[in-house]
Amino acid sequence: MSDSGVAWEAVIGLETHVQLGTESKIFSAASTAFGDEPNTHIDPVVCGLPGTLPVLNRKVLEYAVKAAMALNLNIAEHSKFDRKQYFYPDLPKNYQISQFDEPIAEDGWIEVEIAEKGKETYLKKIGIERLHMEEDAGKLVHAGSDRLSGATHSLVDYNRAGVALAEIVSKPDLRTGREASEYASEIRRIMRYLDVSDGNMQEGSLRCDVNISVRRGSEAPFGTKVEIKNMNSFSAIQKACEYEINRQIKAYESGESVIQETRLWDEGKQLTKSMRSKEGSSDYRYFPDPDLGPIEVNSDLREKWRSELPELPATKRHRYANDLGLSIYDARVLTDELPMAEYFEATIKLGADAKSSANWITGDIAAYVNANRLNFDQLLLSPKYLAEMLEMIQSGKISGKIAKEILSDLITKGGSPKRIVEERGLGMISDQKVLTSIVKDLIVQYPNEVDSYKAGKTKLLGFFIGQLMKKTGGKADPKLANQIITKCLLD
Amino acid sequence: MSQITPEDVRKVAKLARLELQEEKITTYTSQLEKILAYVAHLEKVDTEGIPPTTRAVEVVNVMREDTAIGTDVREEIINQAPHREDSFYRVPKIL
Repeated sequence: MSDSGVAWEAVIGLETHVQLGTESKIFSAASTAFGDEPNTHIDPVVCGLPGTLPVLNRKVLEYAVKAAMALNLNIAEHSKFDRKQYFYPDLPKNYQISQFDEPIAEDGWIEVEIAEKGKETYLKKIGIERLHMEEDAGKLVHAGSDRLSGATHSLVDYNRAGVALAEIVSKPDLRTGREASEYASEIRRIMRYLDVSDGNMQEGSLRCDVNISVRRGSEAPFGTKVEIKNMNSFSAIQKACEYEINRQIKAYESGESVIQETRLWDEGKQLTKSMRSKEGSSDYRYFPDPDLGPIEVNSDLREKWRSELPELPATKRHRYANDLGLSIYDARVLTDELPMAEYFEATIKLGADAKSSANWITGDIAAYVNANRLNFDQLLLSPKYLAEMLEMIQSGKISGKIAKEILSDLITKGGSPKRIVEERGLGMISDQKVLTSIVKDLIVQYPNEVDSYKAGKTKLLGFFIGQLMKKTGGKADPKLANQIITKCLLD
Repeated sequence: MSQITPEDVRKVAKLARLELQEEKITTYTSQLEKILAYVAHLEKVDTEGIPPTTRAVEVVNVMREDTAIGTDVREEIINQAPHREDSFYRVPKIL
């Protein structure tokens, strides 16, 4: 709280770079493979050698337009590429081919669901300024030290140079670190649903830069903006924002000023620190790239690509909660990754109950998938057999306890639950005669307990149920067992 | 008509990473001035009602298929750099 009595408010915007998952680079046929020997995937176009001509990769345009559509952006009918000039050794040509004043798409939004422990979950619409296509830069390795400041020289690897990127710029609509990380993870989820990027943050396929300032109350003008880089997880985005918000508030409250700068998130120390400015001037001298012709996406192409979009995560979340009656939490967990959502949908399509399917899938099955680093589309337990097992529980053929017991075999070995239950004789005993005869034996075996029960110690019902379960290996139909025991004890 | 100042020349040289000797700045200032005056003839053309373009050739949507093709000139390309270290380019440290 400031001395003026108005609470501080943070204003956050994100610039997200998404590597588009094409086989070749944006303007040349060099491969985009990750993790190869340095400078394996270079060619004269990537390195901007004289006489070369960049040509746009058709798939890049398709992926960028689909991504833009999923973010509710307006697709430009006319778009072009520009050169952004700056000198840095990660850029082989000393200019980056990007889009300046005519990006492929502008003015959209996404809805994010902000769920935080101990707080009420809420929905928020986050505006998106634009999406544009550009080429990635190479990678620098600072030699002579593990830290840049102690390096004697740098080594350059251009394997990543020229890989296609979609840069997505949000409006300054985010207010907390949590909102920022949720926004970024929703962008990643959407890109993965579209299958236009793997969104792998560790490998740098998804990178977020945060712009952040604080002000006194929501009516005040924006404060000085600081850029933070180097977060390689969603929790790092949240923590970096939270750290930076506090740092700026403290600075203002102690009478210091906040300077416009780029700061790096230090994951080890959990703080942001000032990075020396990359270049004195930010005069990029953009101009239209004379090597690349304009792009026109006509309505036929737009409609074709729009028709190929999958159902998106936010739509799925709403449908699961509103139409299938799942909790907001279950809807969120099930839709986080498309293979899980597809597995769930295949299961309920076969008639399985949505709520119990959700419980099994997000519970025991997800635990197995995660522990073994599998994907839902690699599971031996097919939706068909899961639906079969759920039907057996519902119709009383097996108990939930037996289902849990056979689940690990179903998951690791596959096969039909019906067959497993038959082979091992695990089916529930729901035969009244069989159960009654066992109960009668028990009554003979425990006369003292029967007397106590009759004398009013009704808690002993549990004892008899336990004994019956022991005798039947847990297979007695619990409802029926309860009825029979109660009846026999009173006889 | 725009006026080129020695300050403009220094700025352009700095952005282009060119080191200029002081006496050259005067020379380039007047030369750049002349170039701009020459190009300024174009301003006399009546462009009323003509949409702006960024190119002389009318092409649109020139694209290639997404196929990765390796190159056999990798070594030659790397060898053109002033310094290499194994398969890396080696550059002075830049902060």
